[in-house]
This record gives sequence, C-alpha cells and structure tokens, in this order.
Amino acid sequence: MTINGKAYIAGAYEHPTRKAPDKTTAELHAEVARGALDDAGLSVADVDGFFCSGDSPGLGPLNMAEYLGLRARHVDSTNTGGSSYIVAVDHAAQAIAAGKCKVALITLAGRPRSEPQSPAEIAYLSDPGVPDVPYETPFRATIVNLYGMVAQRHMHAFGTTSEQLAWIKVAASHHAQHNPHALLREVVSVADVVGSPIIADPLHRLDCCVVTDGGGALVVVAPEIARSLKRPLVKVRGAAAAVKHSDGGKVDLAYSGTAWSGRAAFAEAAVTPRDIKYVSIYDSFTITVLMQLEDLGFCERGTGGRFVSDGNLIAGVGKLPFNTDGGGLCSNHPANRGGMTKVIEAVRQLRGEAHPAVQVANCDLALANGTGGYLAGRHGSATLILERV
Amino acid sequence: MDAVRPEAQAAPYWRSTGGKLLLKRCKACGELHHYPRPHCPFCFSAETEWVEAAGQGTIYSYSVTRRGAEPYAIAFVTLAEGPTLLTNIVDTPLDTIAIGQPVDVVFRDVDGVAVPMFRRVPPG
Repeated sequence: MTINGKAYIAGAYEHPTRKAPDKTTAELHAEVARGALDDAGLSVADVDGFFCSGDSPGLGPLNMAEYLGLRARHVDSTNTGGSSYIVAVDHAAQAIAAGKCKVALITLAGRPRSEPQSPAEIAYLSDPGVPDVPYETPFRATIVNLYGMVAQRHMHAFGTTSEQLAWIKVAASHHAQHNPHALLREVVSVADVVGSPIIADPLHRLDCCVVTDGGGALVVVAPEIARSLKRPLVKVRGAAAAVKHSDGGKVDLAYSGTAWSGRAAFAEAAVTPRDIKYVSIYDSFTITVLMQLEDLGFCERGTGGRFVSDGNLIAGVGKLPFNTDGGGLCSNHPANRGGMTKVIEAVRQLRGEAHPAVQVANCDLALANGTGGYLAGRHGSATLILERV
Repeated sequence: MDAVRPEAQAAPYWRSTGGKLLLKRCKACGELHHYPRPHCPFCFSAETEWVEAAGQGTIYSYSVTRRGAEPYAIAFVTLAEGPTLLTNIVDTPLDTIAIGQPVDVVFRDVDGVAVPMFRRVPPG
C-alpha cells in the first residue's frame, strides 16, 4: 500500500512563543491544536485520529485526548525523538489510507527553556534498566560531544572544515532575520560562527540549535476533506522512517538512517532530489544538516562541505533553499524536538505563505527531514515529500 | 555518578577490574559485540560468552568538551578485536588527541566502579 496521494496536510500552526514560563505543556498542546484546526477550517469535533509523542504529558494520547476533549478512534504515540512528528505524518497518512480515520491531529509542545531538564529526561539518563545507559553515562556523553564526534569524523574522512559547517548557520540566520518570532534574528558571518566558543570539538556555540519553549501542530486529512476546505492542497507524496544504531559495536559515522528513509521516501513519491524546490532539515547542529543533505542524495557523500558553502542554502541566492523560517539554529526548537517545525515551514513554502523575502518561486515540491536521538548512536530518521497540487 | 548501577547482565562487565576489559562473543556465529548483552545482536542466539580483550585499540573519533570546569575527551575506540566502544581518553594532553592514534586501556574509578578508559600509546 502506498500513501502517495492518499492524504493531505490541511492545517499547520507554529506557536509564536519562544518562552512560556507561565504555561503548562498541556496548555501549549491545546493552543497549537486550536491553531492548526483553525488554519484548516476544522473543529475539534472533526478530529477522529490523534498523534503525539514523548513530549506529551502522562500516557500521551490518553491524557491528551481527555484534556483536549477528543473523540479519537485512532491514536499513535510513536517516540523516535525529534523525528517523531514526521513519522506521525507518515502514520496518519497510512491510517487515513486504511480507513482508520479521516482527520488526524498531530501536536508537539514543550518548555525546555523554562524547565531545562524534564522529569522524563532525567529518569531516562539515570535508569540502569535502559540497557545502554551503564555503558555511556560514566563517560559523560552529552548531546553536543556525541554530535561533535560525528563532525570530527566527517572532517577526518572528507576534509570538511569548520568554515563550511558555519555556512549552514549563516544561511539559517539570513532567513531568520525575516521571521519576527525567531529567537535569534541577527545575521551572522562565517567568522562569527568559528569565532564563537567551542562547546565540544569541533562544534562552536553557533553550530548548535537554540533551546525554546513552544510547539506546533498539523492536521492531516483524507483527500475528500482536503478538497472541501478552503486551503491550498498540500499532498503527501511519500514518506519513510528508519532507525540506525551502533550495531553491536560496528560503529560507522559516515552516514545516518536518512540514507535509508530518504531512499524509501523518494521511491514512494516517484521523484528525485533534483525535483525538490525546498528542503526543511532538522538542524540540531550544523553537522546534522550536512550529513542529511548527503544521505538524501542532494550531493555525493563527502562533498557536503562544498555543497553548503557560499550561500548555497540561502533562499534567492543558492540552489537549495533550506529552513527558510530560520530553523532550529536561529528560530525555534520546541521541546528539543525539531521535526514538527520542519513540516510546518515546508507547508508554508508549498502554500506560498512563507515570508516574501524567503518564499521560493513556484515551490511545488518540498522535502522535510528529521532525525531524533543522536547521529553518533541510536537515532530515528524520517523523510517526508509533499506536493502542492 | 548514579548511572553506574549495574543491572544483572552488566555486573560482570563492571566487575572487570584489575585490567580486564570484557567483550561478549556469540557461540553460534562467533561475532563479538559491545555493549554486552545476554543475546547476540547479529544472529540473536541466546548463547554468548565473556571474552577478555587485549586492551589495544585506535581512536575512531573523539570530541573534547570545553564547556564546564575541566575539559575532557569522549571517544569511540575501535578495539583490535573489532568492536568499537564509547569511552574517555585520559592521561593524554587533550590537544594532541587525533583520529587513528593507537591507545591502550586503563581503568578509572567512577564513583567506586572501575570503568575502561584509554590513553595514547607512548611513541616508541
């Protein structure tokens, strides 16, 4: 069964907040749900499928369905970290294609800026029942030094430089200047990035994404419902997910799970990287973007450094505009999970609703990619290809 | 560090004091794996045994964390026997660490448990 053409994204909403000290996570879920349903022209009573992930309080779909007042007949709470929300679009499209629901609501919300480590994160990292924990935490592995090892390996294997990685942040900052909600709106230079303090070699502070409160939501619907609404038609063409891990000690940092999810998504969509007009890539770090562009086939393995240089990712300047909202590097990274905002900006681009300064002309085919966990070890990858029809 | 609370299957690993670095080998397919499990992650046989590694390896990748009170190096070290493990590089000037360098195991106490870390093999 293919999902190509079986579902449409009818609603998309990104919470404007970047810091919400006085709101609960559940409240943010409700606000983004309302925003996405309003955007679609649907009401909460129309929702018969609900999708959430590890950022949802309690048992996810149970607590949230009650809190939101949903009457869902299909729920899913797949947790593959930051890639979860791209997986959720895939799963929602599958459920719609199988007749399990017609209006699927997907929500994300979190407050890591107000509450630096959630109880769930603390429990995970100190739980010796998680089989990998006793072999990793004694060595003070952190998200940044784990991604640092990925970057270090790429530099060693392919000659990639810090200046090349910096171009990814530079491109994101060029886009963020036009986003009034972006946390960081200042345009930065390559020199600014490589001159910022090293957090974990070779990653500088400006190679890292922001930490923000907030959230986002999507509404995925059956074709007949999409056609009954007043919004532009954004069709799901293809999607796929993958999990890559350290494979019993056969560690290979040269590629990520996106090598698998990308290939499968392109096959389902029956398009190639050359057909894509805009990409959203979960930019947890600059190196993440570079690796994903290689794994998706936008450039040959090992050539990502050259590919991203000289503004090639800047809308109106380069060949492959990316993260035109400013991405996680400059704009927003709610719940420390970047997949949701990637889909939202892809939808804006396809509808022609991105900021005029960054809107890609004739944007009829877009790709959103997200990874979750960490590329040096266990991670999920999801790739989604969308078409404006 | 609270995280070093060995569960039953990890206990022999964390008792590997006195310079013993232990890996798991599958009795069915012969593959070595790390981190150690009661089953083989390659063929899923439930028949696995502990074997001692020689403690020699090379740095596959590393990163020096410079934020915080004292910089430290995390690394992936590929053992001569094959598996790559997550560890720290110690007893080595941090700015001289490089991918491909030969390293050997040293045990360091982390909250009362001896865990395997690696140092650069002195030249010559």
